[in-house]
Amino acid sequence: MTIAEFSWQTALLGGVLIGLAAVTLMVTIGRVAGISGILAATLRPSSSLPWQWAFVAGLLLSGVAVYWLYRPIELQIESSTPMLILAGLLVGFGTRLGSGCTSGHGVCGISNLSPRSMVATAIFMGVGMLTVFLWRLLRYGVGY
Amino acid sequence: MGWVIKSTASALLAGLIFGGGLILSEMVNPARVLGFLDVSGRWDPTLAFVMGGALAVAGIGYRLAFLRGRPLFSGVFSVPANRVIDIRLVAGAVLFGIGWGLAGLCPGPAIVGLSTLNSDIIVFVLAMVAGIKLFELLG
Repeated sequence: MTIAEFSWQTALLGGVLIGLAAVTLMVTIGRVAGISGILAATLRPSSSLPWQWAFVAGLLLSGVAVYWLYRPIELQIESSTPMLILAGLLVGFGTRLGSGCTSGHGVCGISNLSPRSMVATAIFMGVGMLTVFLWRLLRYGVGY
Repeated sequence: MGWVIKSTASALLAGLIFGGGLILSEMVNPARVLGFLDVSGRWDPTLAFVMGGALAVAGIGYRLAFLRGRPLFSGVFSVPANRVIDIRLVAGAVLFGIGWGLAGLCPGPAIVGLSTLNSDIIVFVLAMVAGIKLFELLG
């Protein structure tokens, strides 16, 4: 599977937009843009708040607007269906147990200088790297 | 009622911008994320630049927001105050890290990717929702 050359300009600009989104939510309603937490809240309809639904809708609408009205979105996925199911279960369970994901801990928490978020981000990045390493070793053998 | 409209509009805008950032930076593409996590192959630094840009803006933006004393449309900043590093935080981050490394998907890109109706993403999101519900059943 080939992937387009990395562009640090679009990466940086995309990151700036993500930062702006986090600041928007904080400046307007004083909330952290933690996607796993907000998603979990919308899955408890009796206690969820309208803004939580609106945030998830905004994420979905950004994809709808770009993909259906503008240009394709590249999604290169090699994982088998059982692997996707296992990964989804781990991501859903793990982000709730650890109170956050890449957005809540990685972006918002670190920006707020939270020691919990710094530790969590270091762990999930390190474990993510180790997982990829071990999985590729298992699949392709030494020197893949 | 005013608060509902203002908070809904604010969050909708934040979600749109966030999703736009994930699409522009290609963080919605699992191969891009796995390229960053694969330190033994041809390492893809995209995610590092995305995090760098996001942290620079949010790090400064949060400070400015807090200087104001209170949010525009609400009484207080609702920021997690817990500073204790416990076993739940560590175990949760480990499980999330394994799942992230297996598929290259985390919650934000998965939700944005859902809009394409890609069947792999649909499967992942259904399993992720099941994982969230499983945690709530056990917790």
